[in-house]
Amino acid sequence: MEIYEIVTYFTLLLLLFSAARVVTTSNVIHAAISLVFTLALTATLFLLLSTQFVALVLVLVYIGAVIVLFLFGVMITRAPLGKNAELDNDKNKLIGATISGAIFLLFSYILINGFDGEIVITSGSSTELLGEILLSRFVFPFEIVSFVLLAALIGGITLARKDEALVDEDQV
Amino acid sequence: MIVQPVLVTAAALFSLGIYGILVRRNAVMVLLSIELILNAVNINFIIFDSMLADSLMQGQIFTIFIITIAAAEVGIGLAIVLMLFRNRQTANINEFDLMKW
Repeated sequence: MEIYEIVTYFTLLLLLFSAARVVTTSNVIHAAISLVFTLALTATLFLLLSTQFVALVLVLVYIGAVIVLFLFGVMITRAPLGKNAELDNDKNKLIGATISGAIFLLFSYILINGFDGEIVITSGSSTELLGEILLSRFVFPFEIVSFVLLAALIGGITLARKDEALVDEDQV
Repeated sequence: MIVQPVLVTAAALFSLGIYGILVRRNAVMVLLSIELILNAVNINFIIFDSMLADSLMQGQIFTIFIITIAAAEVGIGLAIVLMLFRNRQTANINEFDLMKW
């Protein structure tokens, strides 16, 4: 077994542990921190698969921005920090475990039997080629996605700010 | 290196996300679980890109698109949760039954 495979398997194992901790811990902040670990390990996996640009985008966008948003959301909605027994809906635990276990077994069966291949590791950076493809062959979806992002930005601001008409009514 | 262990790990991440959506009571935690699911999809895209050695790198490009859409989704989702919290003073999704019959 090469050192490369050992590192990859170790990354996958840690990924599973941290992902399980995201959904099972009873502490909101611990869940967010575990998601940081999950995403960092995913970026490590992407680096091991020689897709450097996507790994960097993942670190920048997810760990840099999305997790900060989540922590803001946790603090604004006054979710109780620290251990909280109310966080899970205990009635749903059995049915949730059954459904997710069934989905896992089905997907594993399909993926193990349906796909067989070797990971192709390319040396060097593919970022330059990726940029060229993104701005030539995929330029239309790229523009659409940037428009979606703009719409989400405006929608988020509109939703989250205080409605001034309502504020005026409250004062009257 | 063979692809199956990575694919099964991605499937496990996906089902952990489903479990989180079904079990969690806090809306922010449900959004965290959705991020896990999107992350599993990203891993699948990258692993197939790596397996097929596609000259157009469509796996990587779609992963970048998914990351963008996920960022938009989190922004909108948290804005909605914030609105709900402002109106109902709670973020527990089992207390939002306005649209139930």
